Amino acid sequence: MADWIEACLVDDVDEEDVIRFDHEGRTFAIYRSPDGQFFATDGLCTHEKVHLADGLVMDDIIECPKHNGRFNYKTGAAKGAPVCVNLATYPVKVEAGTVFIGLD
Amino acid sequence: MSSMEKTKRDYSLVGESTRRAIETGLASAEWYHTDVPRKVMKDLMQRSDGPAIRDTILWFALLIGSAAGAIWFWGTWWCVPFFFVYGVIYGSSSDSRWHECGHGTAFRTRWMNDVIYQIASFMLMRNPVQWRWSHARHHTDTIIVGRDAEIAVMRPPDLLKAALMFTGLLDFRYSLPGLFRQAFRGLNAEEESYIPEMERHRAVVAARWHVAIYLATLAVALYSWSFLPLMLIGLPRLYGSWHMVLTGLLQHIGLADNVTDHRLNSRTVYMNPVSRWIYWNMNYHVEHHMFPMVPYHALPRLHELIKHDLPEPNPSMWHAYREAWPALLRQLKYEDYFLKRELPPTARPYRDEFHNLATPTAAE
Repeated sequence: MADWIEACLVDDVDEEDVIRFDHEGRTFAIYRSPDGQFFATDGLCTHEKVHLADGLVMDDIIECPKHNGRFNYKTGAAKGAPVCVNLATYPVKVEAGTVFIGLD
Repeated sequence: MSSMEKTKRDYSLVGESTRRAIETGLASAEWYHTDVPRKVMKDLMQRSDGPAIRDTILWFALLIGSAAGAIWFWGTWWCVPFFFVYGVIYGSSSDSRWHECGHGTAFRTRWMNDVIYQIASFMLMRNPVQWRWSHARHHTDTIIVGRDAEIAVMRPPDLLKAALMFTGLLDFRYSLPGLFRQAFRGLNAEEESYIPEMERHRAVVAARWHVAIYLATLAVALYSWSFLPLMLIGLPRLYGSWHMVLTGLLQHIGLADNVTDHRLNSRTVYMNPVSRWIYWNMNYHVEHHMFPMVPYHALPRLHELIKHDLPEPNPSMWHAYREAWPALLRQLKYEDYFLKRELPPTARPYRDEFHNLATPTAAE
């Protein structure tokens, strides 16, 4: 059963963009897709531990700001070199204008 | 730590300097960045296909046009200017195309980046898999001794070697046997230090493809008993790479190593428009290293935005070489010497306590 943690307000994230969310020593990335849906992944690139929130969201891809590592932020799938390891994803729900992520 | 206490640099990627870089936290460190508002950075990072498609059409037109002229006039002196253009396009501008497409920033469309990356890698005699990883390392650990696989001029500098780079001889001598070795014997320990296991087989396959094309070119040359096929495929890496070296050497020579601030180890140089086109704006090198996901066509805008926080750019290549040359000469005797470039009053200062810049060997 996931604990739902308040991450941000809906308006904190632009469409097709990402922000950083830190919680209890862990860092996450909260995404808003071009069609307004929210998603959450681990905040650091699996290649060199760079914050993905400084990267670029294009459609359903997050691109690491340092080495062009690309992930599908909806599934966490790594999309080719230099990233080889998938990104952990987390469930998200939106209630009354607030975005929650589900953590075990 | 004073300069006297420093140990000799070991540029191997699996040696003493490597161990020390990892131990001291220099490897995979967090680097200094100029503050840029998120919305502005997001705008700068936006991809588009337009500028790179335009430049690529011109690139291929120059490549094919100059090759056609060289073939047409082969056997007369009139072929020389055509080979001059062909060589620079093949042996120099391919480097910037390789670089930008490797970063995935030239085009918005992924396959376009991948196709040009493969073509440019072949022109440069670079294994596309190996060099993708070595360049990722160069950005993670820029001029960190023992970690960065792309340090062009090591300390103490070998000036003869640096001069020979302009002929392409050394790179050729390293690159071509390297491809053959990878194709037939596999990767060496240094390459394996930055290429993940799951990618190594791909690197070997890529080397085999390159070698096969070179052998086919050689066969055609022998069959036709003509030097022309080799002048068009392979040898431009020798006679055309001078511009790549001319611009590329300036990126880091004479500046600091083992620091985590690109303002200290990279150089921005204003250049003429032709060189900037060949080089795809990599003269804005501090900016590129600080924000590598900003496409080449947006680097002038980024430069205007953050120049208040960067050392004054060199106004020309000539100026930059005149600045670097004395530093290189001094490094022959004092390996730890480097140019510490002055920041404008509007910039955030260097972290002297972290970068150990107060040594008497640094010069401003």
